[in-house]
Amino acid sequence: MSLSDAMGRFVPDGSAVAMGTCLESMIPFAAGHELIRQRRRDLTLIGPISDMLFDQLIAAGCVARIQAAWVGNVSAGLGHAYRRAAEQGLPRPIAIEDYSNYTISLALLAGAHGLPFFPSRSGPGSDIPRDHPGFADGVSPFDGEQVLCVRALRPDVAIIAVQRADVEGSAHLWGNIGISEEAGLAAERIIVLAEDIVDQQVILSDPNRVLFPAFRVSAVVHCPGGCHPSPVQGYYRRDHECYAEYHRESRTPEGTAAWLERWVYDVADRAAYLERLGAERWARLRQLRPAVAAPVDYAW
Amino acid sequence: MVLAAAREIRDGDVVFVGMRLPLIAFSLAKLTHAPRAFGIFENGIVRGTPSPELLYTMSDTPNVAGAHMCTRLSTVMAQLGRGLVDVGFIGGAEVDRFGNVNSSYIGPRDRPKVKLPGSGGGCDIASLARRLLVIMSHERHRLRTVVDYITSPGYLAGGGQRQAAGLPGGGPKALITTLGVFDFDPDTQEAVLRSYHPGTTIEAIQEQTGWPLRVSPSVEETPSPTTEELTLIRRLDPQGFWTRAGAG
Repeated sequence: MSLSDAMGRFVPDGSAVAMGTCLESMIPFAAGHELIRQRRRDLTLIGPISDMLFDQLIAAGCVARIQAAWVGNVSAGLGHAYRRAAEQGLPRPIAIEDYSNYTISLALLAGAHGLPFFPSRSGPGSDIPRDHPGFADGVSPFDGEQVLCVRALRPDVAIIAVQRADVEGSAHLWGNIGISEEAGLAAERIIVLAEDIVDQQVILSDPNRVLFPAFRVSAVVHCPGGCHPSPVQGYYRRDHECYAEYHRESRTPEGTAAWLERWVYDVADRAAYLERLGAERWARLRQLRPAVAAPVDYAW
Repeated sequence: MVLAAAREIRDGDVVFVGMRLPLIAFSLAKLTHAPRAFGIFENGIVRGTPSPELLYTMSDTPNVAGAHMCTRLSTVMAQLGRGLVDVGFIGGAEVDRFGNVNSSYIGPRDRPKVKLPGSGGGCDIASLARRLLVIMSHERHRLRTVVDYITSPGYLAGGGQRQAAGLPGGGPKALITTLGVFDFDPDTQEAVLRSYHPGTTIEAIQEQTGWPLRVSPSVEETPSPTTEELTLIRRLDPQGFWTRAGAG
């Protein structure tokens, strides 16, 4: 399925979307940019830390609510668009439900298991759970210990970038996994963005590397370079300069609009985006030191 | 500040390495006095060796290759939850004298003057690490009597409130700033100046601190960096991305 079709069909206005679930790597920027191009509105964005992508979706007016542990630009600083939305309601007001990384993970674990909540020892005494619909004080029925109850989150859709997938939706992801597994399993639908589409035998040869059963995956999108400027282990490195550039240019609404015009609205798809990035820069990011794992033997 | 942070890591520690500056403090500690320390990164990485290259983020590709383990956030957070993490670093925009850190809102939450990025793993590390190390740029508007919002709980209002709130971790062990290092009084749980960095004075620190400074009777100048430490910092961060003045 094309990215444009997948976003159009499975991520309607008002959806609750989990993205960027590996933390700073494997962020499906291509999917976020497609949602911006399709002028999606009233999204709830769910994630752990979000390195720049949530800021861009907020800047484009796509977002009504944030349920996340951190929104900004990890190597450059604060998220300017997040600030404008929270402080001035521009381009539109957003509701913010703050979590920590651990508690957003527990909320999604509860969702993944069909439980109403998950208990946490992180967070009591913090202001995060105060006046927050996702938290309540609780007591262990076994030993009376105080716990913080984290209400289950069930995203409508989780968009998960992977290194390779087959056409049925089985996928291999390696490197740091973050909250990808619980986000995908908690969601009603999973959309997989793959750098490579491979023969099913490749995936089935190493089933331990698969996060979701194929029957939970609603769409597989072949999207090479779909995570740039975030890194994909084995494929390309992080483009640090891109984060610095967005941070500089997004200081003003005008600068942000110009950035979105250049890198999102004015490119038809990811291939056009990579072309604009330039072959030389893209090739430089793909110069990697080889680090092939030893094969594993599933002999039987 | 990187150096002072690295020196708080003991050999054999399991270290929960936070975002940004602690990335390099962990590498420095590994290469000097703490070769047997293990680093845990909240994205799911466990490393027994420093990253072979400078990291801008913990998920950069050099941090994954050669890691001891690459897994889920919940799996590494479980080590914190069990109380098995010796030391964890957090930063933020504001800290008070009980080591409570704000990285969420300046001003009221419903109409903030500044919306900061949020907790990340900060609240989790502050809640659950055995020893919490707080890193802060030392400016009067950051070291405040009361912070606007407690993202990452320290000793709350002191006097045992932290334990009463049901927080299992040990609480703040040190506040490391660009001007000095504070310990926390075991009884009152207030920050007490332990050392001032070379080139500054206690008076200058008071001027940049929003609460009446408490100074340890044994206060001293922070030991200067050794030649080895300086050489390593320049090797780890040749462009000064994290370690030049005003960086990080």
